[in-house]
Amino acid sequence: MDAIQKSLLAQVADLHEVPEGAYNIRANGQKAARNTTASIDIVSKTDKDGIDIIIKPGTKNQSVHIPVVLSESGLKETVYNDFFIGDDCDITIVAGCGIHNCGEQSSEHSGVHTFYVGKNARVRYVERHYGEGDGKGENIMNPTTVVEMAEGSYMEMETTQIKGVDSTIRTTNAKLEAGATLIIKEKVMTHGTQLAKSDFTVDLNGEDCSTNVISRSVARDKSKQVFLARINGNAKCYGHSECDAIIMDEGVVAAIPEVTANCVDASLVHEAAIGKIAGEQLIKLMTLGLSEKEAEEQIVNGFLK
Amino acid sequence: MLELQHICYEVDQDGDQKGILRDINLTIDERFVAITGPNGGGKSTLAKIIAGIYQPTSGRILLDGQDITDWDITKRAQHGISFAFQQPVRFKGLTVKDLITLASGQKIGVPEACNYLSEVGLCAKDYIDREVDGSLSGGELKRIEIAMIMARSTKLSVFDEPEAGIDLWSFSNLIQVFEHLHEKINGSILIISHQERILNIADRIIVLAEGQVRSDGTRDEILPQLLGEAPSVCTALSDKVK
Repeated sequence: MDAIQKSLLAQVADLHEVPEGAYNIRANGQKAARNTTASIDIVSKTDKDGIDIIIKPGTKNQSVHIPVVLSESGLKETVYNDFFIGDDCDITIVAGCGIHNCGEQSSEHSGVHTFYVGKNARVRYVERHYGEGDGKGENIMNPTTVVEMAEGSYMEMETTQIKGVDSTIRTTNAKLEAGATLIIKEKVMTHGTQLAKSDFTVDLNGEDCSTNVISRSVARDKSKQVFLARINGNAKCYGHSECDAIIMDEGVVAAIPEVTANCVDASLVHEAAIGKIAGEQLIKLMTLGLSEKEAEEQIVNGFLK
Repeated sequence: MLELQHICYEVDQDGDQKGILRDINLTIDERFVAITGPNGGGKSTLAKIIAGIYQPTSGRILLDGQDITDWDITKRAQHGISFAFQQPVRFKGLTVKDLITLASGQKIGVPEACNYLSEVGLCAKDYIDREVDGSLSGGELKRIEIAMIMARSTKLSVFDEPEAGIDLWSFSNLIQVFEHLHEKINGSILIISHQERILNIADRIIVLAEGQVRSDGTRDEILPQLLGEAPSVCTALSDKVK
């Protein structure tokens, strides 16, 4: 890998060296590196682009890194990654996509990630998106995440998109069985004329399953964001979604809640708060000696931390 | 040393100019000065004018002989004015450590930040990583606000009614912090308060009413007047204490 690709890797996966444990690094549409362990196998798909990640039941305290970097302008790809997480596992999965586009043409990466989470398994899934490059070509990422959670499983999904992605439509569909819990934490910052749309659908199918979908976002310049959280309560369950957004300059944020209780024992809550930075927050930090711009940066950084 | 020269502050009220502050002249150089007086007398406005949050309609403000009237909030802060808000501001995401670090103006370690929290009576390890958001009580926020002023340790620290919005029990704990505050801050403390126990530790007390300085003198001169002889102020005081 070259220096640009390595720097993208550092941005999306905090990787400066080859990671420990299982990993699959994809660079410009090709497999760049792969490692499997005794309990985590990674197999290339034969019918389409992508990999199967198979984690044996009972695998604990292990991690899988599957970053993707694109440094060639005009590359368009759709990749299918399927995760088969055995019962009683406790694992961390780090995915991410970094695009460096210096050319005229758009670079596009669409990742379709499907998680089959076994009974009583615990998964932490971290996904980061980052774009850079001073060409006219756009950086486009359209991630799709499908989650199927078996009884008693727990998954925490953290997705972050802070910089340089011109257009993104994130689609997440999850189905939860009895006692399963899904926590989604999304952090987005858009600037320029970027567009970011998040579309979450969570079906709470099993008794006592629950979800919490939390979005914190900042829209600067003339960028636009849409947050759509759809929670269907089909059993005795608990669902909560929350959109908290700061708008700056001419930024636009729309939060669209859709909560449907199909069961009398479903309890569903939606919250949304959108507004500019409170004047008193700026004043407080200015009384500590920060300029208005520095105060703004601190508030935004803290908000997205 | 802070000098206020002929400070006036007017606001437009239904087309009429209403004088909130009317020709205030004060020189503040003492270690611990309290400003008191009835509600609506202009105390908080005066504090905000000193911090640069409001601009006076007329008059000049001098800090150590330098005219700072046209300086903005940031520049005044950088030159040694600290201001503790009456209603501390909440921040989503910023932690207690973040704010104390910003206040100190330099990278400080956890032990140093913890020291400031201990000074204001907070168990540091419980608070250092907490977000300064709605999960903290009014009393906790006040203490953190004071810890920030301590971390700044500037030549002038202005506190706007530290007792406002917290219950008496919490305040009686907080008073001990103020009793020792001047030992921690190497400069003048200007505190707006209605609390007799705060007035009782002041070197000098200024009574502000209807936008003017009604009386000004040492604690021994002013406090007996407030408690016995000036019924209107005294009523306001006892109301607040209740």
